[in-house]
Amino acid sequence: MAEEHPLKPFYSVLVLAFFCSLLVSGAAVGLRPFQEANKQLDQRKNILRAAGIYSAEIPVDKQFEKVETRIVDLVSGEFVSEQVLAPGEYNQRKAAFTEEYGRQLSPGTDKAGLSRIEKYSLVYLIKDGQNIQQVVLPVRGKGLWSTMFAYVALDADLNTIQGISFYEHGETPGLGGEIENPKWQASWSGKKVYDKSDTVRFSVLKGESTATGEEAAFEVDGLSGATMTSMGVNDLMHFWFGEHGFKPFIDRIQAQGGFNG
Amino acid sequence: MADRKRDLLLRSIIERNPIALLVLGICSALAVTSQMATALVMSICVTLVVACSSCIISIVRHQIPNSVRIGLQITVIATLVILVDQVLKAFFYDLSKQLSIFVGLIITNCIVMGRAEGFAMSNPPMSSFLDGIGNGLGYSFVLMSVAFVRELFGSGTLFGYEVLPLVSNGGWYIRNGLFILPVSAFFLIAILIWILRTIDPVQVEKD
Repeated sequence: MAEEHPLKPFYSVLVLAFFCSLLVSGAAVGLRPFQEANKQLDQRKNILRAAGIYSAEIPVDKQFEKVETRIVDLVSGEFVSEQVLAPGEYNQRKAAFTEEYGRQLSPGTDKAGLSRIEKYSLVYLIKDGQNIQQVVLPVRGKGLWSTMFAYVALDADLNTIQGISFYEHGETPGLGGEIENPKWQASWSGKKVYDKSDTVRFSVLKGESTATGEEAAFEVDGLSGATMTSMGVNDLMHFWFGEHGFKPFIDRIQAQGGFNG
Repeated sequence: MADRKRDLLLRSIIERNPIALLVLGICSALAVTSQMATALVMSICVTLVVACSSCIISIVRHQIPNSVRIGLQITVIATLVILVDQVLKAFFYDLSKQLSIFVGLIITNCIVMGRAEGFAMSNPPMSSFLDGIGNGLGYSFVLMSVAFVRELFGSGTLFGYEVLPLVSNGGWYIRNGLFILPVSAFFLIAILIWILRTIDPVQVEKD
């Protein structure tokens, strides 16, 4: 083998790295539209799944016709009209990090570990003809490794959980990743968020619930081997159903006598 | 010449199977074999990555300085794996969600590195490509056999279609929970290795 030029390793690595990065970035940019479309489809699926009305046979878009997407002002709890902010154009993920649509959370209130929160949130109203049957709320919070994203479906009484669906997270597969487990998610159905004094009573336990009677309606078993993730889920529920989350919205609807009142 | 090509393609399936003889790539063989569909996608991904990376590395093998060859091989492999991952996310979103980190972990699959270092560095591109396909097929063969048994006895289905009707669905078959767990793949791979070495005693390691 011929004597190698001492700089050869450097420039051969550089040339190869350059070509590889071109390929990777080309693919990432070129395929993004498809990936985004898939993501949106997946989110819609999860909204339907949280509400318990998803069926694999019917196209998602067709099923989604039942769902009305609205924007809610998280501080005042009022619906925002489409002229002010169109749901289709509002990017909630990015909103929290902009000056215009987001705000800083003070350390004491930041239970879900978000650091910033958006001023407006999308909500999904599941309708049967004119009547609103359920409302699906997007929630998120820090687990052990990652921010976990989920949809929580509430009954029209705005207290009973119809279902939950975690759709994006980076928790350990097999442990914290079990938040995706349909069996565990099914155990949420029928649980209540607020107690009689209107404070968030719902909790994800460490271990199994031993409560009976009324108590049991507020408790979900934690995931074994995933204490930090379970705590994260508990905290995000407390945050999003508290005063900085959807509480003003829920209070406002309740004061009107419910959705269909 | 044609014989040699066929040999390159087929020898890795039984005679020199990367999982059974060399016991490489076990990690993903345990993880993705609970269902045949995911095992199939994983097999295709690994086959593509091994074949293409071997071919590319073989093309540039004379330019690769000896001192940084492992780094360069990894760069090529990582690029291909990212491409595969991106394509899966764009066109097979549900599958990519199920496979999650395991597609990314193809990078660390020893079969890919092993073929790059052991074969592609010293053989022409076409042979390297065929060798890659062959090894991918060998890997696929084990994955599919393991997945077949695991899905059949663990869930009573094959590719998601019900074969043995489960008691929970009103049938007669009580599913064997062990086969759902990754450990069962250990036993199945061990049995497979046993069978292969009984048929072909050359594979038995010398004491």
